[in-house]
Amino acid sequence: MRLANTSVAVSDERAHTAQSLSGDAYATFIHDLYVEFLIMDSHHSYSQVKGVSTGTTILAVKFNGGVIIGSDSRASMGESYVSSKTINKLIQVHDRIFCCIAGSLADAQAVTKMAKFQLSFHSIQMESPPLVKAAASIMRELCYNNKEELQAGFITAGWDRKKGPQIYVVSLGGMLLSQPYTIGGSGSTYIYGYVDAKFKPDMSLEEATQFSTNALALAMGRDNVSGGVVHLVVITEAEVKHVVVPGNKLPKFHDE
Amino acid sequence: MSEELFPEPEWLSEEVKTGTTIIAVTFDGGVVLGSDSRVSAGESVVNRVMNKLSPLHDKIYCALSGSAADAQTIAEIVNYQLDVHSYLSPMSYDPLVCSAATLVKNISYKYKEELSAHLIVAGWDRKKGGQVYATLNGLLSRQPFAIGGSGSFYINGFVDAEYRKNMTKRESQEFVVNALTLAMGRDGSSGGVAYVVTIDKDGAEEKCVLGNELPKFFDE
Repeated sequence: MRLANTSVAVSDERAHTAQSLSGDAYATFIHDLYVEFLIMDSHHSYSQVKGVSTGTTILAVKFNGGVIIGSDSRASMGESYVSSKTINKLIQVHDRIFCCIAGSLADAQAVTKMAKFQLSFHSIQMESPPLVKAAASIMRELCYNNKEELQAGFITAGWDRKKGPQIYVVSLGGMLLSQPYTIGGSGSTYIYGYVDAKFKPDMSLEEATQFSTNALALAMGRDNVSGGVVHLVVITEAEVKHVVVPGNKLPKFHDE
Repeated sequence: MSEELFPEPEWLSEEVKTGTTIIAVTFDGGVVLGSDSRVSAGESVVNRVMNKLSPLHDKIYCALSGSAADAQTIAEIVNYQLDVHSYLSPMSYDPLVCSAATLVKNISYKYKEELSAHLIVAGWDRKKGGQVYATLNGLLSRQPFAIGGSGSFYINGFVDAEYRKNMTKRESQEFVVNALTLAMGRDGSSGGVAYVVTIDKDGAEEKCVLGNELPKFFDE
């Protein structure tokens, strides 16, 4: 029997017991552990498939003087049940730093809670507001170190004194990348062409708002697990503004 | 031991697919069809200059996507059937686009379990002018424009936003080339050059837009 190269967290007592075993008894111990791991693992992935997942569309775009971070508002369970029509996927982790989540909702909430705590501690230690990159790095550490268990990707966007408006994307395995605009979630595949064509660096606030609303509306129109209303958060040096665009005020395109 | 050191290359055993982007648009007076030119087998590109726009008749073309073999065979069969149809029927004019699309649909529907190809049929006839028909999985649907292939997912948003009714011939050609470029930029199975065919009452005009002539979009 060949074991894959895996490490499993075991309680202290069990580890202590293992040390006193030898030969056949030790082999049996390892075998039992492996079987347990397999069962746990299969239950774990089963629950992930059935759990609440934010089939979603999220985006962030940098404009002249700030960033806009936006998302739809639908949470789905499986592929056919909408468990929430008005969920807010834009989480504030600090005064001028927001995060949006795509993937398993439970994972995302756990990670952002932890990140929020670590970030506030960090900013007290530094005696100044945290950098957006610091927030993104915390998310990345959490994603990378727990990459087997987690199934969520993040977009972190905000404003800080050092570099102004920034957007960082942390993908599923824990890669950190800085970009002028980024999209994510299941609905994002449908709008790659649109955002590639329409993005311009240094847009004004109005242009950037129109760009984000259009992109989200187009994705919600094609992806059946994205929908509801459009949540936008505009982050600038001066303020943080939350804009909600309800379904009937979304832009209409040619076939509607 | 030697089998492990030099495993058989993946592309020998993988099915050849035209992982692709195809698009067809009506304009006032005709249609414009466009496609990329990449044919992939697993991770390898086996043909980088394949023309996926296949003539079914003088003023009716179809765009191929899905399994390369299936799509080509359907196109050849329908080409033959249309020839017979226009030869045998007492018509003095060209076959209708609707007839061509129906012939494609019949094959797709009858052999839906065995085949995996999606053809978009587009052309011009004197009865209804320029028309585009989508025939995915045996469905027949007339649409103002249609997109297909693996690369089409990425441009759904773009075509929804940018399509306008009654564009001119020039604008439709630009629309098609832009859409293909954006899809080729994001889809790993689409690429190469862009083939564009414009069909109106005077006939069909084929054009090839090379990689370096394609429009550029914002890229950091």
